[in-house]
Amino acid sequence: MSVAVAGGRHLQALLGSLGRLARSPLATLLTLLVIALALALPTALRLFVTNAQAATGNFANAVDLSVFLKTDVPLVKAQQLAQAAQRRHEVASVTLIPADKGLEDFKTYSGFGDAIVALKENPLPHVLHVRPRAENSSAPALEALRSYFTAWPEVELVQVDSEWVMRFNAILEVLRRLLLLAALLLGIGVLAVVGNTIRLEIGARRAEIEVTKLVGGSNAFVRRPFLYTGVLYGLGGALLAWAIIAIAVTVLAEPVATLARLYGSRYLLSGPSAADVGTLLGAGAALGWLGAWISAARHLRSIEPRA
Amino acid sequence: MITFDRVSKRYPNGRDALSNVSFSVHTGEMMFLTGRSGAGKSTVLKLIALLERPTRGAVLVGGRNTQSLKARHIAAFRRRIGVVFQDHKLLADRPVYDNVALPLAVAATPLKEIDRRVRAALDQVGLLGKEQALPLELSVGEQQRVGIARAVVSKPPLLIADEPTGNLDPDLSLEVMRLFRRFQDVGVTVVIASHDHHLVHEFAQRVIVLEDGHVQGDAADPLPSVLAYR
Repeated sequence: MSVAVAGGRHLQALLGSLGRLARSPLATLLTLLVIALALALPTALRLFVTNAQAATGNFANAVDLSVFLKTDVPLVKAQQLAQAAQRRHEVASVTLIPADKGLEDFKTYSGFGDAIVALKENPLPHVLHVRPRAENSSAPALEALRSYFTAWPEVELVQVDSEWVMRFNAILEVLRRLLLLAALLLGIGVLAVVGNTIRLEIGARRAEIEVTKLVGGSNAFVRRPFLYTGVLYGLGGALLAWAIIAIAVTVLAEPVATLARLYGSRYLLSGPSAADVGTLLGAGAALGWLGAWISAARHLRSIEPRA
Repeated sequence: MITFDRVSKRYPNGRDALSNVSFSVHTGEMMFLTGRSGAGKSTVLKLIALLERPTRGAVLVGGRNTQSLKARHIAAFRRRIGVVFQDHKLLADRPVYDNVALPLAVAATPLKEIDRRVRAALDQVGLLGKEQALPLELSVGEQQRVGIARAVVSKPPLLIADEPTGNLDPDLSLEVMRLFRRFQDVGVTVVIASHDHHLVHEFAQRVIVLEDGHVQGDAADPLPSVLAYR
């Protein structure tokens, strides 16, 4: 069999499958809808996780240590300490926030401006904002750095701003696992839906299958149109899922932007990336093919021609 | 072309369809299987087309022992046999063209070649021009001829027919038989199961009479065996 002939056979089987799906549009649409919903759910969850991650910034590089110096440490000493901290190889940058600047900021942002004016002297200490290098941002590395700074005699308190980050990351991790589970279960669901649809179609075309086998059609030949039907169901369902997601993203974009603005962010909801869409379509087609294959292997074998 | 060597067939329900049947059909022969309903004619054809396997004995087709044929080679084996049924087994929802093209399609024949051969086969059975008709739009005789066109379109060396004239009036039956004779003339081995004495009498060069699964008569000259059967 030449490549062209083989290609022709496949094209014929593909067109035949398309034609059969088009002849019963309502049933086809319902099946596609079920598959689409099963595929859209994990995709939506995945979008939620990536958006949540993006919206809250890239935390891995943003875990800071706030090193509060004792109130009696003079500014010159604080500057020396800042330089000393900067020399540590784990440290990416150090920002010294002098007590005066700290008070200024507090007045501006806290809303207690008038009360603070009443204070005779600045109760705030000088603070070093230490940002570790990305590779030293793991929990144990942060803990080591904290102990190091705590040991300095001029230091009152070291605060690691990582707890909420860790909690948030833990929540994301739970969601990621949930995504995996949902994808797995709904994938099995897609297999079942496609498999059952193919089983019904095999039953409906029993006479045709018998005659085809009778005139020498191989199992592969008989199976081929059903595999195409399965792939078309999976791919069609995935395309529909993509459409559902696109609509959902459009509908949510405005309120999400408003929400972000209220938090002082200019974050915009992002739709699925090209890779996400590729994965969705690929998974849909693969699940459709597999579901059809399992069903065809099970049910076609039992159909043998009778004279 | 075909050899049955002490073949017995018992169906799962316990019925013995054939007992110790032996005969040979030579290449290019036209052979009739006759006998009452249930005598085992259809079983012989099923064993030839590998729709059934013998319980005992060996069935050789084209020099191959069907018993040793692996499942994945059955499809290729069947492509070398044209089968005609009493109920013709056409696909009612496909036009004549598709029905006749099916044996070529499963053999991955190029489309141009399919087109040429389907037309040639339809021409042979006198149905050229009916390609796009659905089987149910045709008369019973025409439907049977479509079935014959499908059986011969891939030019198999062996043609088997189970009561091909069962549903036809005498004139149509004669026409169908003449068709089979023409295939024999070009070298095709033809095996026909029929209980129509007149046709057997008129066309047979060789008759095997089956009775209760046994060969009762096998003669090159049809007359004595037909008489014996009567």
